[in-house]
Amino acid sequence: MTTLTLAKALNAGLRRALADDDKVVLMGEDIGTLGGVFRVTDGLKAEFGAKRVVDTPLSEAGIVGTAVGLAYRGFRPVIEIQFDGFIYPGFDQIVAQVAKLHYRSRGNVRMPITIRVPFGGGIGAAEHHSESPEAYFAHTAGLRVVACSDPADAYMMVRQAIASDDPVLFFEPKRRYHVKGEVDETASLADARPMGVATTVTTGTDVTLVTYGALVQTARDVATAAAEDGVSVEVIDLRSIAPVDYATIEASVRRTGRLVITHEAGQQGGVGAELAASITERCFEFLEAAPVRVTGHDIPYPPAKLERHHLPDLDRILDGIDRVLGRPNSLSGVEA
Amino acid sequence: MTPSDRDATGLLTQRELTRPDDDLVQLVTPTGERHANAEFDPWIADIDLGALGRLYRDMAIVRRIDAEATALQRQGELGLWPPLAGQEAAQIGSGRALRDDDFIFSSYREHALAWVRGVEPAELLSVWRGTAASGWNPFEHGMAVPQIIIGAQALHATGYAMGAAWEGSDAAAIAFFGDGATSEGDVNEAFVFAASFDAPVVFFCQNNQWAISEPVGLQSKQHLARRADGFGMPGVRVDGNDVLAVLAATRIALDRARRGAGPTLIEAVTYRMGPHTTADDPKRYRTDDELAEWRERDPLARVLALLEASGVDIAGLERDVAADADRAAAELRAAITTIADPEALTVFDHVYAEPNSHLERQRDHYTRYLSMFDDGSTQNSTGAAASETAEGGAR
Repeated sequence: MTTLTLAKALNAGLRRALADDDKVVLMGEDIGTLGGVFRVTDGLKAEFGAKRVVDTPLSEAGIVGTAVGLAYRGFRPVIEIQFDGFIYPGFDQIVAQVAKLHYRSRGNVRMPITIRVPFGGGIGAAEHHSESPEAYFAHTAGLRVVACSDPADAYMMVRQAIASDDPVLFFEPKRRYHVKGEVDETASLADARPMGVATTVTTGTDVTLVTYGALVQTARDVATAAAEDGVSVEVIDLRSIAPVDYATIEASVRRTGRLVITHEAGQQGGVGAELAASITERCFEFLEAAPVRVTGHDIPYPPAKLERHHLPDLDRILDGIDRVLGRPNSLSGVEA
Repeated sequence: MTPSDRDATGLLTQRELTRPDDDLVQLVTPTGERHANAEFDPWIADIDLGALGRLYRDMAIVRRIDAEATALQRQGELGLWPPLAGQEAAQIGSGRALRDDDFIFSSYREHALAWVRGVEPAELLSVWRGTAASGWNPFEHGMAVPQIIIGAQALHATGYAMGAAWEGSDAAAIAFFGDGATSEGDVNEAFVFAASFDAPVVFFCQNNQWAISEPVGLQSKQHLARRADGFGMPGVRVDGNDVLAVLAATRIALDRARRGAGPTLIEAVTYRMGPHTTADDPKRYRTDDELAEWRERDPLARVLALLEASGVDIAGLERDVAADADRAAAELRAAITTIADPEALTVFDHVYAEPNSHLERQRDHYTRYLSMFDDGSTQNSTGAAASETAEGGAR
């Protein structure tokens, strides 16, 4: 075991992928000489050369579109989108090309492209630097969408994403880049927990709390705080946003009878909406209360001085837990 | 340029942008005269009268295939067809310049390229009949899935070319797109990437004067080839109805690509003689006079005139080629009957390369739904799907 930050764990995973398969190429803005604005690709250009770790022009459509051509040629491109809010110029190439080419070519053309996206807020950044665009991609057939939450997962999941023959949107919780954890760099891909399987982070009996990315740590804190209040919370780290590992969530909800979902992204048409609807369909007779969503507001990401009024935090999630338990909460007496 | 060269909105008029001029490379005039060109002639020194006759044969056959497919659409066998009529020289001249290991990234109108690459008639038609999202395996023919999103393939060609160069191959990629596509960000971004990385790619723009109803003057204030200079690559403006000029220009660009010298933009000035697609009515936006003017610059007629002037028995050639073209058309028509309607549950196939729990569940549920019906059939119950896909077709 090695102690690494999440960013360093990603760096180690990328290094391993580059070493294991010479068709893996990294592409992005400032990822080479600089090592990326978050230093996730630090040192990789020096080690593997400018044809494996490619500084590209400032053109997200260009990066994604040339990655499509490289995939046609047999490469496994790994793209870094510098910030979540910068992905939209590449949206067409992702949604119309990357996601659909396997289907459109009747399985003849594979798109093993990994699109890494630092996502989420809480770092006091300028606008367009704190967004959570995952639902757009979860809505798109042909893409897999995952989010890592700790260094161990970051190391293994980025390797799994690169090894996948399907395109993967790989969301990295940028405010957790500097959190340290134990990483087993000797672990093999074959033994790793599959990328599509959720993790039960803490076991509990009263409420199932589902989240992903940066909020997994917040959810752990919620479970600790709730326990002091006599409430047992089971935290599930979704890991895969598309497809969702419903088996793990269903099994939990059947025991707890209560579901809270939290994410930084807005509520409308979001991942929480899909989870709430699907779990209601699948576990209706086990539910003691309607599922509760604790999410960002349906607003453009606010200025830094306001982001604490946007992001779900420990107290807002505890309030949601009170609501699902029918205890006094901020909406007591208000029609939902 | 005179004030009359601009219309009321200040756009360059069609006449100004399509007028043959000094920078247009033309080796064979519309009346079949051969102009010597010191730069281009060496690149087609191997094209003797026999080879020229074969280029004519290619063009005549694809024109006949195109007419037959248009007829098949009118008869309800195809949902839609985007005719290539008028662009035979641009497509055959460039297509015959390619090596087998060069990779084509085309739009949806490059049927002549599919012909050059040996795509089977049923493979060519299935998309337009609505039975499949693509007709052929790109790796069997060195030709990507045709692109509907305007200009997106320019980036794919560039990425492919970058990869080929990184592997040490001297294969090239070629992107086909139209004048409308030159306004898309993807095409301009492809120019940037290709130039910066010296990618072995040829950008082949068929300027057919119209993007559905929008004239090229709306896309550009100047000749499209001139844009190349700003990106740091050569731009060549060639008579797209002159198969020899197109062949030479494409060979020059491919040679440059293979030498590691980078991309080239070729603007092949041509004309879409037919509608944008069979769903389009060009009478709403262009004149009969314009059509007549371009009919006089027909790409096939000038080759015949040149051959005749060179002493070739063109009556015999035309007879032989017509027989070949009729045979190709008959094969195309016969292929329709071999294209089966797809099984219902294939709607779920190939969305992912790897197992996907979510989609497997949806497929299972839909299978159960279908099994409720009397015969439990999972056959496509809509019958001939082709005509139902016609409305609002590809743009």
